[in-house]
Amino acid sequence: MTIWFYGNQDGINTDMLFPGKYTYTCATADEIKPHLLEDLDPNFAQSVQKDDLIFAGKNFGCGSSREQPVLGLKSVGIQAVIAKSFARIFYRAAINQGLLLIESPEAVDAYSPGKPVSIDFINGRITVGEDTFGFPTLPEEVTAIREAGGLLEYTRKFLDSRLKNT
Amino acid sequence: MSGMTFAEKILARKAGKTKVVPGQIVFIYPDHLLTHDNTSAIIGKISKDLEIYGLYNRDLPVIVLDHVIPASSDKTAKGHHSVRKFVQKYGIRNFFDIGRGICHQVVLEEGLALPGQVVVGSDSHTCSYGAVGCFSTGIDRTEAAALLLTGKTWFKVPISIKISLKNRLPATVSAKDFILKLISDIGADGADYKSVEFHGALEALSISDRITIANMGIEMGAKTAVFPVDEVTEEFFRHLNIDKNSYDPIWADEDAVYERCLTYDLSEIVPMVSKPHAVDKGVPVSDVLDLHVDQCFLGTCTNGRVEDFRNAATLLTGKTVHPDTRLLILPASRQVLSEIIHDGTLTALVEAGGVLLPPGCGPCLGAHQGVLAPGERCLSTANRNFKGRMGCPDAEIYLASPETVAASAIYGKITDPRTV
Repeated sequence: MTIWFYGNQDGINTDMLFPGKYTYTCATADEIKPHLLEDLDPNFAQSVQKDDLIFAGKNFGCGSSREQPVLGLKSVGIQAVIAKSFARIFYRAAINQGLLLIESPEAVDAYSPGKPVSIDFINGRITVGEDTFGFPTLPEEVTAIREAGGLLEYTRKFLDSRLKNT
Repeated sequence: MSGMTFAEKILARKAGKTKVVPGQIVFIYPDHLLTHDNTSAIIGKISKDLEIYGLYNRDLPVIVLDHVIPASSDKTAKGHHSVRKFVQKYGIRNFFDIGRGICHQVVLEEGLALPGQVVVGSDSHTCSYGAVGCFSTGIDRTEAAALLLTGKTWFKVPISIKISLKNRLPATVSAKDFILKLISDIGADGADYKSVEFHGALEALSISDRITIANMGIEMGAKTAVFPVDEVTEEFFRHLNIDKNSYDPIWADEDAVYERCLTYDLSEIVPMVSKPHAVDKGVPVSDVLDLHVDQCFLGTCTNGRVEDFRNAATLLTGKTVHPDTRLLILPASRQVLSEIIHDGTLTALVEAGGVLLPPGCGPCLGAHQGVLAPGERCLSTANRNFKGRMGCPDAEIYLASPETVAASAIYGKITDPRTV
């Protein structure tokens, strides 16, 4: 597991995560992957592996509503993004794709290279080295979306149950 | 019991509740769902689902082809083609093909975002409709896809920030300068997840000014950025033949509770320029004077309206664009283009050396038209100056008002429009 640390950088925006010039020509996971984080870290796309973690500063994912950054991070298997804060549309898009985001400025500040990181999703705790921090979990209504595997899966379940009842 | 903010009131009304509080989750049926070129990717996610469950309501979607128009490649052409087929198959009435304009301008000109309505769109600048007292906000493609099937989505009731304005903007200083100043003061995340309300001396701010301000709400992270409905708003809708009895405005209670209250004296605002690569890096124009610019870009959903071009033409009439720079002109809609053709504004801009682009998003997102070369610098009236935004990560984008861009085009370097 690699930890991609951008904790000193605030305002990592959607153009850095996935440049706008590709927005209307790349939609699938395979098309997105080579450009993931292209203008932030050119090494990321070729080296990222399943279960890797990303650390970032404040307002991660600000800017455009394009969802390729979220789709891309989810499809390469990023375990979670831990940031000091997230921009709203990105946060929502992550819920809709089932990508886990952890808002914990303390955890970002506590990290330094080599420190082990573990996450207890159920109880909302992240451990960095010796320190454990709580992070806010999602409201019940929204957790259901993530638990279904994302918004479209959640929507299909809802629509199927409605079809059955009519 | 204290009063409610705009966001609390409108979400309560739409959710059928008498009171909601910040943090509460509510389920809402939005009045409209905006999608653009990305409609193609959105319907691609649910092509089978549309066959099984059907479209929720053909009058929910508003579809505007604007981002890469006319198509720049076989891939974007195929995208547009699939959108047109979808529109035809489902009989979607609110469809606007290429050339009608930038989606946000079109939604407003078509009266598809009204006071007291909730509109969502799979574009971050959907917050523009706060200009007319509409709760509007951006969502991702997946959420747009789900909305096409169910018509319903959820919102967390946001906390709110109150911005009170005093006095009027000085001559040659515009709404753009004010919003760049506000964003630079509170930061790119200063309103993250929050609703921003504008109060006070608003009568001197036209709808065009208000759109510029609301449009950039997202650049401080805002969920929505909103103005009350007043005579200026009513006049705007009268022009569109929309009677005031056909909408039901909502505004905050006097005793609503805010996270933060700020006051700005508009008479003290000076021309502002946001430096690369973040919108909140705004400085007075005096800090960056004489910086060479390779490209001047006038237009977009932020500043591509008739007033913007008229203000630019006032400075550019009888002058020529400096040979060391180039000026791009991008009207926000066909209606804007038509109006500036008829009143001679466009003639002045083109005769000065401006290059006219078709009404659409154009160079703003770096996909085509006016892409920058490495090392080049652009002064733009758009809303974002992120690294790589105009197609090249090694170029620089500075943001400013139409007046500052026009003045700078004359000299090929950043110029204070008050000195021209």
